[in-house]
Amino acid sequence: MTAVATPDKTARRGVAPTQGLRRPRRYGRILLYVALLAGSIPTLLPFVWLVRSALMQDAQMFVSPPQWLPSPFQWSNFSEALTTQPFGRYFLNTLVIAVISVLGTVLTCSVAAFSFSRLRWRGRNVVFALLLSGVMLPYAVTLIPTFVMWQQLDAIDTIAPLTVPSWFAGAGGGVFNIFLLRQFFLTIPFELDEAAYIDGASPWRVFWTIVMPLSKPAIIVVTIFTFIGTWNDFLGPLLYLQSEENYTLSLGLASFQSMYLTQWGYLMAASAAVIAPIIALFFFLQRYFIEGVTLTGIKN
Amino acid sequence: MRRLETRWGILMALPAILGFVIFTIGPMVASAFFSLTDWTIGGSPSFTGLDNYTTMVHDELFWKSLGTTTYYTLGAVPLVLIVSFAVAMLLNEKVRGLAVWRTIFYLPTLVPAIANVVLWIWIFNPDFGLLNSLLRQGGLPGSQWIYAESTAIPSLIIMSTWGFGNTMVIFLAGLQGVPRHLYEAVSIDGGGAWRRFWHVTLPMMTPTIFYNLVVGVVGTFQVFNQAYVMTEGGPNHATLFYVYYLFRKAFTESEMGYASALAWTLFMIIMVVTFLMFRNARRWVYYEMAGAR
Repeated sequence: MTAVATPDKTARRGVAPTQGLRRPRRYGRILLYVALLAGSIPTLLPFVWLVRSALMQDAQMFVSPPQWLPSPFQWSNFSEALTTQPFGRYFLNTLVIAVISVLGTVLTCSVAAFSFSRLRWRGRNVVFALLLSGVMLPYAVTLIPTFVMWQQLDAIDTIAPLTVPSWFAGAGGGVFNIFLLRQFFLTIPFELDEAAYIDGASPWRVFWTIVMPLSKPAIIVVTIFTFIGTWNDFLGPLLYLQSEENYTLSLGLASFQSMYLTQWGYLMAASAAVIAPIIALFFFLQRYFIEGVTLTGIKN
Repeated sequence: MRRLETRWGILMALPAILGFVIFTIGPMVASAFFSLTDWTIGGSPSFTGLDNYTTMVHDELFWKSLGTTTYYTLGAVPLVLIVSFAVAMLLNEKVRGLAVWRTIFYLPTLVPAIANVVLWIWIFNPDFGLLNSLLRQGGLPGSQWIYAESTAIPSLIIMSTWGFGNTMVIFLAGLQGVPRHLYEAVSIDGGGAWRRFWHVTLPMMTPTIFYNLVVGVVGTFQVFNQAYVMTEGGPNHATLFYVYYLFRKAFTESEMGYASALAWTLFMIIMVVTFLMFRNARRWVYYEMAGAR
């Protein structure tokens, strides 16, 4: 699926025409690793800073020159920070919103992608092109009327504004998922459908028993990106959720930040706790993550 | 079969079509209408024609927000492109432990926006933050970072560069798609690393660079979180980003009509900028099919 060509080892070796090139090449290798190392230090440093601050007593944090190893390890930062506000509750709220959104997005987007790739009907391509054009629209344009609409429906401070759009193929940004899934569906042999239709199967059956099982990689990619998108969303919950018991993690962290402005130990502990689940998820599904980003980039 | 296919086709596309009508076209039209009204939440909109747009011309903060957003975009986008391209080039040399390196550079993009913002507030802290601590240890003077008018935007640009992982992965995929035989051709002609880069890598990568440029500009122009949580648009409006200004107009000052006009103006600006980028692209983006001799 990904158009990544693996470089041919032998072809590359064959390039070196003379012996003289060998020495600079070895220096080049060393330089390469030095450069990578030099690049990863500033990349990782904020994480180190986060973890060390999350585990430090305030007094030690305000020492100059800065110390890097907490002593003692202030594990209570975590328990304190996570209990002064109901982060467990926020976690559950976020999870509920994310799961409902992922289900809706995956289901309605793949159904639409199936229609746009494997069923022929008049006006199909026009409709698809129209949907795609919506990608260009900045979210600020739809923000206010959408807010007013939910207000009229008396849905403010419920999870409806944050979840219902995903059951309409994600709405807005969801078009991208349809596009991605459609591209994938197009690579599945059409003979499979035809054989099933001859056996009297309905389009739904073809979709559910043939196309979907063969599209796991694409579905996982959409799942991951929708999940991350919802998990990290800030503006949505900020607009629509008001009472504290409905807060998501992002919203909870923002309000925590405004309350404990200078309690860096607590703040960093809370941030670390918000970051950890996503990073854990990444390590489990690493392959799909990178593939997904690649897919979204290349297929454009 | 034909009729059945049409019926199912429309039925299965229906959620997407309805979603488009309800959550994109509908609000878009409504927003265009609101932008022509004077309207506060709770009241009813009264039609005022183009008043909001003419007010905008004389609105200093509108121009200010446009300026800060442009400044930020002009700084952040090229920097992210250069850094991610450079790192992707390094990773494209068959390095050992590619997965590990890639993970390291990708990690920052996973940090949820708000956690990211909270972490960087602490990094930028003038007294005990990471950056000033390091600078002082190196015998250099610290900076006020996001707390001074002149350094606020550059600070946020530095912060945005940290999240270059997505762009890098796309570049990396593009680099791996550059045909090997082109490099060989340059080598046979006696060209070195620089010629390989200048005559093969760069031209072949222009479509990917262009993609990342467009996505980067459109995304960066809509920056919001940093202003909302970190700086509240300050100091002295130095980080009054466009969408943040719009948000404040709409949801703090309840000027829904004016905010809608701001939204449509933003849409227009993004359209024009994107159009210009596409028109300009013909000059430097290499497409295998179109560029055939």
